[in-house]
Amino acid sequence: MSKDRKHNHWYEGITEAVQMYIPGNRMYRTIQARRARTGTLFILPLIIGFLAFMVRPLFLSLQMSMSKVAVVEGTMSPFNITMNLFGQNIVVPFGNYNYAFVSDPDFSKMLVSEIGRMAINTIATLVMSFVIAVILNQNFKGRTLCRVIFFLPVILSSGVLPGIESQNAYFNLMTSISDAVGESSGVNLSQALQNLLSVSGVAKDVFDVIFQMIDAIYDIIMASGIQIIVFLTGLQSISPSLYEAADVEGCSAWESFWKITFPMVSPLLLVNCIYTIIDFFMKNDNQVMEHINSVMYGTQMDFGAASAESWIYFGVALLFIGISTFIITRAVKSYE
Amino acid sequence: MSKGNTVFIGKNKSFRERNRRSNGYLLKRTTGRIAISVIRGLLMFGLCFMIIQPLITRFSVSLMAAEDIYDSTIRLLPRHVTLDNYRIVAELTSMPTSMINTAWISFVMSICQVVSTTLVAYGFARYEFPLKKFWFACVVMLIIIPPQTIQTALFMSFTHFDIFGIFKATTGSDINLRSSLIPYTVMCLTCMGLKDGLYIYMLRQYFKSVPVSLEEAAYVDGCGTMHTFVKIMLPDAVPTIASCFLFSFVWQWTDLFYTRNFISGYKIYSRELSNITSIMSKYFARNSTENVTVPLGRQMQLIGIGVFICCVPLIILYAFTQKTFVQSLTMTGSKE
Repeated sequence: MSKDRKHNHWYEGITEAVQMYIPGNRMYRTIQARRARTGTLFILPLIIGFLAFMVRPLFLSLQMSMSKVAVVEGTMSPFNITMNLFGQNIVVPFGNYNYAFVSDPDFSKMLVSEIGRMAINTIATLVMSFVIAVILNQNFKGRTLCRVIFFLPVILSSGVLPGIESQNAYFNLMTSISDAVGESSGVNLSQALQNLLSVSGVAKDVFDVIFQMIDAIYDIIMASGIQIIVFLTGLQSISPSLYEAADVEGCSAWESFWKITFPMVSPLLLVNCIYTIIDFFMKNDNQVMEHINSVMYGTQMDFGAASAESWIYFGVALLFIGISTFIITRAVKSYE
Repeated sequence: MSKGNTVFIGKNKSFRERNRRSNGYLLKRTTGRIAISVIRGLLMFGLCFMIIQPLITRFSVSLMAAEDIYDSTIRLLPRHVTLDNYRIVAELTSMPTSMINTAWISFVMSICQVVSTTLVAYGFARYEFPLKKFWFACVVMLIIIPPQTIQTALFMSFTHFDIFGIFKATTGSDINLRSSLIPYTVMCLTCMGLKDGLYIYMLRQYFKSVPVSLEEAAYVDGCGTMHTFVKIMLPDAVPTIASCFLFSFVWQWTDLFYTRNFISGYKIYSRELSNITSIMSKYFARNSTENVTVPLGRQMQLIGIGVFICCVPLIILYAFTQKTFVQSLTMTGSKE
């Protein structure tokens, strides 16, 4: 194909594209040009969709986040604030961002707490799904049934379903009542253990995180359906002869796990990590998401503030994906 | 393992004797194996139980009459079995209409998504064209960008729809497209629907794994591009495409985000479900003149039934197609 041409600058691709698509050009009759045109036709839906429903709304939303929006008339007017920078008053178009961080009482608090929850949940999901995938890859009775059940969360935790009960304002009240009842009527084992360990005073923060994870184990299992499948795929693609060779050389199962299984599957860690982060950010039962929705559709109908907040949120998500990609590619490279 | 097979020394000897001969190795290994399988069994059982348990509880609670909920002697098995709750929930969620709408809209949208993503994925897997890397980066962006970022902008542009001001110039006002199906259908056809980036990625991965020589043979025999695609590539891709279809059907079924924003003109089950609390008090206040607050336990019961009704068709679907779900993912091998 056109692989033999090396691009020295990014814009050379564009000039080449223009040349290819102009009828009557010298390159018009080559087979590369023809295949290029066919390929472009195949991905045409994506090009149209991306320009119309992604690029344009992104710009519009960026514009909105810097203006005051009147929904009914469909108009926008710039929403500037005056800031005192270096002793001078400067007009900046960040009114809504200012609102999100300074005036909105809940947003920054929620953002921080969600980020913390996400970091813990992502790590826990990765570990959990890896362990389960390793177990499901072994041979035991009822393995097929287990696989079927572990994939159920993909259905049960999608879309509207997970958030529906916690979205109910009464629900929180109700759980607090049932917690109070539970404390008086029966012994809560994990709570008792938690009290015991936290009294003993050894590494209280560590225990807090661990207990938070144990309490969230249901959420973690529900969020790890796809990840289990992805890891399972990776595990099944490892050729059994590797294990045989290791066995002949006298490797124990533990050693061959760390020397064969883990390095072979670790590239999938990145895929899963990104998937988990995105999944977490888009979940319905996410506080920040709920808050943005309530700013947008609630009594305020403040579209400007809502889009500013979702941009901040997106920025945070991107930052996290970047950081985890960086860390994981470093860690995985050391194996290769 | 037949009795006549006496090649192994000590096959018929007692366990103790064989253990003595192996210097205690046999005992150690057997104990280890049993311990591992017991722990594994417990872990698997516990986790599977955790996934299934909410469904069972919801089902049994759904059969309880109102007085059973507050009877503290009743935990799981209802004393007064009634199907009345289902009738109430069906009325609350405007049931036959919303279910039928959900079913056919999910079906049509998934078909649109699958058709467009298959074409785009094939284009990416097989053709070299200018800016290919850039467009694929766009696909990755599709996976990463949370749709919430552009939701406000899309909302606005569909509420006040206009192409370059043509409609405003001719008819005097812009059109509100939010209540119709057109915008979302167009989005699905142009790969901008729910999680379309993921499907493109999966299908591209599959198409890349098919040997090129198949198509080359077809070209040599005089097949055109489309002919080759339809006759050679599509039949083999059916399992992967089917799994993409099932994913998109399930996710579409439970989706709240796109339904709330773009298909507000139709009664969709997931949206009715998310509004169930506010309708509930109106429903129970219908017969009396004063304001009625629905007791919390009753609210939770009815919401639980709503979630249960939402899940049941999907679980039945999954039970019949779980092989397609899991196997094709394994075949695709989402390894980069």
